[in-house]
Formats: sequence, C-alpha cells, structure tokens
Amino acid sequence: MPNKSLFARLFASNRGGSIFLGILAAFAIIVPVFNLAVPESSALHMSTYTVTLLGKYLTFALLAIALDLVWGYCGILSLGHGAFFALGGYAMGMYLMRQIGDRGVYGNPELPDFMVFLNWPELPWYWHGFDMFWFAMLMVMLAPGVLAFVFGWLAFRSRVTGVYLSIITQALTYALMLAFFRNEMGFGGNNGLTDFKDIMGYNLQQDSTRVALFLASAIALALAYLACHYIVTSRFGRVVIAIRDAEDRTRFTGYKTESYKVWIFTFSAVLSGIAGALYVPQVGIINPGEFSPLNSIELVVWVAVGGRGTLYGAALGAGLVNYAKTFFTGALPEVWLFALGALFIVVTIFLPKGIIGLIGKLKNKRRAEKAQAIGLNPNAETES
Amino acid sequence: MKQLDQLREFMRRDRVFDFVAEERFPFTSGVRPVRPGVVDISKGPILYIENMTVSFDGFKAINDLTLYINHGELRCIIGPNGAGKTTMMDCITGKTRPDSGTVFYGQTMDLTRMSEYEIAQVGIGRKFQKPTVFPHHTVFENLELALYTDKSVWPTLIAKLSGEQRDHIDEVLRIIGLIDQVHRRAGLLSHGQTQWLEIGMLLMQKPLLLLVDEPVAGMTHQESERTAELLTSLAEEHSVVVVEHDMDFVRSLARTVTVLHEGRVLAEGSMDQVQNDPKVIEVYLGETAH
Ligand SMILES: Nc1ncnc2c1ncn2[C@@H]1O[C@H](COP(=O)(O)OP(=O)(O)OP(=O)(O)O)[C@@H](O)[C@H]1O
Ligand SMILES: [Mg+2]
Repeated sequence: MPNKSLFARLFASNRGGSIFLGILAAFAIIVPVFNLAVPESSALHMSTYTVTLLGKYLTFALLAIALDLVWGYCGILSLGHGAFFALGGYAMGMYLMRQIGDRGVYGNPELPDFMVFLNWPELPWYWHGFDMFWFAMLMVMLAPGVLAFVFGWLAFRSRVTGVYLSIITQALTYALMLAFFRNEMGFGGNNGLTDFKDIMGYNLQQDSTRVALFLASAIALALAYLACHYIVTSRFGRVVIAIRDAEDRTRFTGYKTESYKVWIFTFSAVLSGIAGALYVPQVGIINPGEFSPLNSIELVVWVAVGGRGTLYGAALGAGLVNYAKTFFTGALPEVWLFALGALFIVVTIFLPKGIIGLIGKLKNKRRAEKAQAIGLNPNAETES
Repeated sequence: MKQLDQLREFMRRDRVFDFVAEERFPFTSGVRPVRPGVVDISKGPILYIENMTVSFDGFKAINDLTLYINHGELRCIIGPNGAGKTTMMDCITGKTRPDSGTVFYGQTMDLTRMSEYEIAQVGIGRKFQKPTVFPHHTVFENLELALYTDKSVWPTLIAKLSGEQRDHIDEVLRIIGLIDQVHRRAGLLSHGQTQWLEIGMLLMQKPLLLLVDEPVAGMTHQESERTAELLTSLAEEHSVVVVEHDMDFVRSLARTVTVLHEGRVLAEGSMDQVQNDPKVIEVYLGETAH
C-alpha cells in the first residue's frame, strides 16, 4: 500500500531487504576487526587478500543490483552493463594514474608512463582535472550516466525493445572494448591503467587502505540498495513494472514510457559506474577486457541465479557465483565456463525466479502444510 | 522575494491580460481564443474523423472514412471481422498514423500529431480488444496508476495519494464492483473482472471520450447486462464509443449504430434501421454464407 512512512517502506515491511542489510552490516564490522585487530598469528586472522576479495564481491553485488533494477523491474535486458562498470573504473583509474606523479618508471611528473612511452608531448585534454578527486568522482558518475542517457534516449524513443535492444547493448560494449584497445585513444591501450600507488594520499598496499575500500564498497552497496528499494516501491517504480508487463497499456494510461525507461537506465548506469570505481583500486588494474561482452553476460547470470526483481537476490547471486568462480578458476580453471553455462541453463529451466524464488516457494509449501496440519483451508493464493 | 513573486504573477499562464482582451483589439472580437490543452466542443462533436485512410502494405484497412461523435453521445460501432474498427481506434489514440485525412479532438486538437500519452492526458481513454491490465499489480495499484494527475517522471517518484484521490479510487471501485478484490493481484481476476478493471482504469483518468473495444467478449449474460448499464450511465457526462459484435448487447444500449465495412461507413441510424438496411443484410448474410 502506498503512503507508508519512509522507515516502514525501507525496513519494517521489507523483510528480505532488512536481512540483507543486516548481513552486510555484520560483514562491515567483522571483516575490519578480524583483519586489523586480530593478530596475524591467530587462526581467526583474516588475510588482506580475503578482505580485498570480499570487497570485490561487494562491488559486483552493486553492479548486479543496478542490472536488476533495469532487467528485473523494467524488463530491459541489457547485455552491455559491463560497459558502464568499466567506464566508472576507467575514470577512477585515471585519477589513480595521476596520483602516481613522478614515481612512474619514467619519472615524468605530469604524464603517465604509457604516454611517455608513446612520445606524447603533453596530457590530452580529456585527462585534465583527473588529478582532483572530486572531479574524478564526478566523472565516475557522469561518463556512464551521459552515455546511458544518450543511448537510452535514442533506443527507447525509437521503441527498440526485447532482443534487438539486448543486441545493441552488447554491440555498445563490444565497440567500446575495441576503441579502448587502441593506443591512440589515450587510455593505455591493451595494458590499460595499472601500477597505482595511492588513493587520496593513502598507500593502496596498506591493510588499512584495503579495509577502508572494503568498507566504502559495503556502504555504497547499502546506500544503492536503499535508493533502489525506494525507487521500486514508489509510484515511479510501479509505473516501471507496468511498463515491463504492458507497455502499451502504460502509454494509453498517459505515461511517456520512454522517459521512464531512459531515467531508470541512466540511474542504473551511474550505479554501475560507482561499482567500477570501487572495483579498480581493489584489484589494482583496469583494462579493455572489462568491456568484454562476456563480462556483461556473466553479470546477467548472477542476477538470474540470485533471482530477478528483488534487488537483494541479485546481490546474493553475484556473491555466490563469484565465490564459485574463485573456487573453480583456482581448482579446475578449464571447467569454469562450462559450469557457468550449465548453471545458467539449470536456473532458467528449473528456477525461473532464482534462489530467492526457490526460498519463497519452500516457505509457502511449509506454510500450507502447517495450515493443513491444524485443519485450516490452506490459502493457496499468496499476495505480494 | 517580493520581486520574485511579482515576476511569478507576471508569468502566470492561466490568465489573459487585459491588453489582449477584446475591447482593446477589436479585430479579435467574436473570435474565441484557442486555448492549448482544452477541448473545444462548442460546435457539438467531440471527435471529427474526416477522409481518413490507413493502408497496410497496400491493403486499405480504413478507406476514406468520415465519422463524427457528439459530446455526451453513446455510439455503437458494428461491422464484420476486419472491417477496420480496431484500426480506427488505433488512429484516434495515436498508435497508428493515418496515411491521409484528419482526426480532430474538439475543434482544435489534431490527434494525428500527438503521441499516445498526450492523447491519453487530454482525456481519451481506451479499452483494448484484448483486455489489458497490469497483472503484477493489485486492483488498487492498477487504479492508482491510472489516476488523473501529473504523470511526468519526477512528480511520480515522490507522489503520495491524497485523501481526495483515495476517495476517487473508492468511488471507481464501487462502480466497477471490485471492492472485495481491492488487494488481489489483477492477474488473478476472472475475465469479466479484468474487463471491468480496465474500464475502471479509464474512469480514473477522468476522460471525456471513452473508446471501448469489445467490452463484453467472454462475459456471462448477467455480466454483460451490468456492463450495458455501466456504459449507459457513463454517457451524457462522457462520450462513449463502443465496438461490439454481440447484437443483443448493442440493442440493449439502444443508441445510434454505425456499421463499418471494408474501412468505411456502410450505414448509420437506430438499431432497427440498420438491421433492415439491405446493404447491411447483404454484408452480414454474405459473411455467414461463406
Ligand atoms: N498492423 C497491421 N498490419 C497489417 N494488417 C493489419 C494490421 N492491423 C490490422 N490489419 C488488417 O486491417 C484490417 C482491419 O483490422 P481491424 O483489426 O481494424 O478489424 P476489426 O474491425 O477490429 O476486426 P475484429 O472484429 O476482428 O476485431 C484486417 O484485415 C487486418 O488484417
Ligand atoms: Mg478489432
């Protein structure tokens, strides 16, 4: 029902979301303590490697929530969301490159190493300003946001939907990958941007910096979740779901559906950019491989596995699939892609609503059994 | 702050300044101003379709059709399958653009140059041939989404239901008889209930012109009687155009009937008149003879 208080909307009547935020908060407390406060000799000590790995999963979870917002709620299956993630990552990477200063191999205070290597006389215009953190952060949101806005405006206004839309989003990320591979683009070509030293003056190799980045990822994920939940439970969110289910009806009801789609797509792209920006300092590199179409497809699998249209399901899927990936690529690297493909097939056929849907189903079954046991007529119809 | 208020006062859009009023500009006297966004029904008809033609790959689904609907009228449109009834509604609501001809809403609004959402916002509501509601929303939410209000992106994001709007929803719920189902998901409603919900959604938009495509398809006899009552009660305040195949239903509405055939008007008049029209008999008998 509409008109609930903000608190009720975000927490009280949102059980799954509250559990998700609770788990996230627990992680945000436990991880720093076990890494920084527990001595290394103790069995309970958490290695910085693990902290960074978990931080990386959190950025993936954020990206998955962003995709779920457009796919699960608005029915826009974007197969190019990795592009927005990578653009955010590049914007952050440019800031980190400028932070290196004269500590590069060539010791040039102004130019990153790869530009010196290419004999570039000066910084290209689009690299200016990236020495300032606030400017870089602005670009983290603006670059993916503007691209998504322009792309969405063109695509949705021409009423491109369904498979065609998916294909052109895929083409978008592929085109960007090819462009970023080129040295002349000025983003480090093949090698991308790497060898970062500091972020805001703090050494990236230090444990405390890693923990801070982990915490930043957790906070960004929580805030993004709350923002998305606010959106999907607003009337705007109900319009977006209406567009997914019956776009024509929504239009004839008086909504300019393309505007709704453009805005939700843009917001999702901005969130993806933020995820990318948090990802890059933790893994220490950004290269054109992040634009690879395969990445965007993997992202779709995360969301499908977790369960579309719940937000936290997407985050869960991102965590689980990436945990499996870390495990497989360590133990049986050649099996991973097959496992991923099989997972996708199994989920689409047997779990159309993903793991969250499965949990819901099991719960309903138990409730029905209980009701039968005490002789009540099980109310088969559940309402969401 | 004061200057700002003055500026606002000056920029107000809902007022005609004295200096444009009639006495100062005698040459405009007698000419009523065309007000954007306001339907001009002063001449009687609310809808003017003139010489409209629509073709799909050379096949003329609508062929030089001319049709007027009066304000407050309840008009039934009948015609064999493929006569172009749904295509005509598509043209009125902006879904299909006619190849030639004009479609005016009131005397001033050219519907062929407006998009679907604009047409809906100026007060034309449409019920689809295949009933369409939002299946994952509750009955209440379906009506809420159809509410007559600012439907642009930002206001919708922060929208809250006012008491007045809630009353409007309650009123429509009563009219369509779905009070008991208010929190039920629309996808779980019966066929007849879905039809009513869709009509209810039209009413939420406070339309002036209702286009209703086959409202009683799949309804029981009782249900279609109630639908006939509902549509009759809506006329006068609204203009209603009903497309229907069910002759008993059309007869029970007992108003002007227009027969469409091959994209043009074949006959027009009372039900008895058109039923005895030899051209109409030929078209309908010719069809059953196949
Ligand atoms: N998008 C389209 N493309 C091609 N042909 C179309 C299209 N829409 C309608 N037609 C054709 O135009 C003709 C008129 O169709 P329309 O749907 O308007 O008929 P109708 O009077 O509503 O019929 P029914 O009573 O069966 O609903 C039909 O022959 C149909 O095949
Ligand atoms: Mg039809």
